[in-house]
Amino acid sequence: MENIEKLSLPEIPLYTYDRKTKQRFFLEHMLDLFDHHVHQSAEFNIMMSSVNYRKQNIQSIEDLPFIPVRLFKMFELASVSRDQVVKTMTSSGTTGQAMSKIFLDKQTSSLQTRILSRIVSSFVGSTRVPMIIIDCESTVKNRNQFSARAAGITGFSLFASKRVFALNDDMSLNVEGIKQFLAENKGKTIFMFGFTFIIYQHFYLELLKSSQKFDLSNSVLIHGGGWKKLISEAVGNSTFKAHLKLVCGLNRIHDYYGMVEQTGTIHMECEFDHLHTSEYSDIIVRDSKDFSVSKNGEEGIIQLLSLLPISYPGQSILTEDIGTVLGEDDCKCGRKGKYFKINGRIKNAELRGCSDAYGESFGRN
Amino acid sequence: MHMEKVLEEIEFLIGDKFELVEELLDQPSHEVFSDDTFNFLSDISKLLLNSTRIKNYPDVATFAFYCRKANLNGIKRTHDTDSVYRIGRGLLFHITPGNVPVNFAYSLFAGLVTGNINIVRVPSKNFEQVSLIINTIKTVLLNERYKSIFSKRLYIVRYNRDSSATAFFSALCDVRLIWGGDNTINEIRKSPIPPKSTEVTFSDRYSISIINAKSYSKHSDKEKVAVDFYNDTYLSDQNACTSPQTIYWFGSKLEVECAQKEFWEMLQLTLQEKQFVLQPILSVDKLTTFFAQAIYYRDIEKDSQVSNEIWRVKNGSVHRDIDLFKCSSGYFNEVIVSSLDELLPVVNRKYQTIGYLGFTKNELENWVRRSNPLGIDRIVPIGRTMDFGLIWDGHDLTSNLSRTIVIS
Repeated sequence: MENIEKLSLPEIPLYTYDRKTKQRFFLEHMLDLFDHHVHQSAEFNIMMSSVNYRKQNIQSIEDLPFIPVRLFKMFELASVSRDQVVKTMTSSGTTGQAMSKIFLDKQTSSLQTRILSRIVSSFVGSTRVPMIIIDCESTVKNRNQFSARAAGITGFSLFASKRVFALNDDMSLNVEGIKQFLAENKGKTIFMFGFTFIIYQHFYLELLKSSQKFDLSNSVLIHGGGWKKLISEAVGNSTFKAHLKLVCGLNRIHDYYGMVEQTGTIHMECEFDHLHTSEYSDIIVRDSKDFSVSKNGEEGIIQLLSLLPISYPGQSILTEDIGTVLGEDDCKCGRKGKYFKINGRIKNAELRGCSDAYGESFGRN
Repeated sequence: MHMEKVLEEIEFLIGDKFELVEELLDQPSHEVFSDDTFNFLSDISKLLLNSTRIKNYPDVATFAFYCRKANLNGIKRTHDTDSVYRIGRGLLFHITPGNVPVNFAYSLFAGLVTGNINIVRVPSKNFEQVSLIINTIKTVLLNERYKSIFSKRLYIVRYNRDSSATAFFSALCDVRLIWGGDNTINEIRKSPIPPKSTEVTFSDRYSISIINAKSYSKHSDKEKVAVDFYNDTYLSDQNACTSPQTIYWFGSKLEVECAQKEFWEMLQLTLQEKQFVLQPILSVDKLTTFFAQAIYYRDIEKDSQVSNEIWRVKNGSVHRDIDLFKCSSGYFNEVIVSSLDELLPVVNRKYQTIGYLGFTKNELENWVRRSNPLGIDRIVPIGRTMDFGLIWDGHDLTSNLSRTIVIS
């Protein structure tokens, strides 16, 4: 228990630490977190000894080991006993694919909510506002299955004074609902939230087809998750923004980058289209050739670090996304910390040799 | 099944679209290793070897070399059929793998030399090697004599995975050859073949290398060993059934560590020379496989190698089910052992090839005869694991693809 108390995080004003301060703060907490997981998760312990992890050899966060996200699909990794698990989150894998399983205890779960709320507030303000959720209500109704989508909607609903679902349960547009909601909240700032692909597919494309026009120029949209599907349809971030502005006048749109394995510490996109780390998370881009740290401006595989995962060893993970760190502490928006962009997913392998279709054995989806 | 409809889905790369199945089924088989077939193959070989494009494709060159007259005569000598009369089983349906361009040619080779009529399905992907070989065969077929003999015995086709062509050909064939992957085999087996017909399958396999540390350290040409090992592994992204996944080192800890150091350094140099490029996702795959294996075995350790091109995984003991942790493009398990018998509990039915260095053929043969391992179909020197032969994967193709007529 002593250990857990040590893991409690101080409240820091967000986006204010410069590199030196951040590194000192972050490394100290990370090392405690590593200690905790090494002691509480047998699997994590064995993984760390297999790569000769020694606390005393770690000079900077770049020296910390990382585990691939796919492991959360292959193993049930937890650092608390099962009776302390209050919520099990799953990645939004489609049918037949392996899903990540993330085990949350009370502490981690409330930490996630707290940090998420602080990060989002710093962009949309901390007063509650009317909220339009671009999804259907049934997504959050199924309480047994806590999907990433449901978690996102529930998490972001903290900012809602009242809310409406923009989609019916069959994913068609809830035109009447939106109309009424806009009429009731005329003149107020409206907060909108949804998953990128769903917004594009079921909101944008539907509005484009219909003669219905909404004026959402007074709204803020926050969206995330699911660029991989859009990138395959060649819809980039700027296209996405331009399209939405065209159909409903939306001009404040913030993408965010986060993973179900590190819920809470999302990376919000600023006014200059850059994704930002906060004091509670960090990003390292690595060269696939040897996992060495790539220079700022160079593309590589993204490693994510977060101080929130206490009930499961997800504090340092290697994603299957590629991106680039653009800079640190000097974004024009004024926020301190690293800022970066995501360039998509790592390409599937094309292998020679007679073995079967690639990827099935390790459930990559 | 409507034949006309099925035929519409099929692209005939070689052979005219037939109108009646009788055109296929009424063709008599030929005797195994006939002169006509040998001449036909050796003309293909000559034309291929003269092609300017062949320089870019060592795999095609190897095939062309394999079809030389001298090699064909050698094959005939080793597979002596004089005492019995063997002819082809009839109609062969070959399903070849999607990611080994030249594999279809070897399958066709086996079908032709055994006197059969062949329908060969080639990968849907347009490999240059496939078109090079196909165009060469077409040119040779312009010869009137070959045309009259082979035009109704040789069909190379291409069709979509979901086409009913697989079911159609399966229902007709005397032998179905499925070049693997377990999933492919299971899928294709949903289409029945006639009761009397047989099947030759090449399923997912696991292969290993065995190296005597002392012999390696004394080896005079370590550069050649590295190139040989490269050919066994990286040349096919360590993803062929013959590619070694685990290396068993024989010797004392000190001897082995000394040999390992040099072995892997030489391989790293070879990788640079060959300009091998590791695909980024493979780095993630290797790390994932490694941690999964660590959780499972608890006595493994990553070697200090920094580059992701070569991943060495030290195993503290012999693991019976190490074939569960297969990766590709340079992921090697290493185990120190002191006798071949330590491999016996390991080499299950899935095991195919052992590539060896520092053992005599004699001691390996004695070991096999003494212990009758559950698996292992081939034991060949390092560098020769990819060499094709008519005995492949434990199947003697000459006898599997032919029938013997007994006259007494």
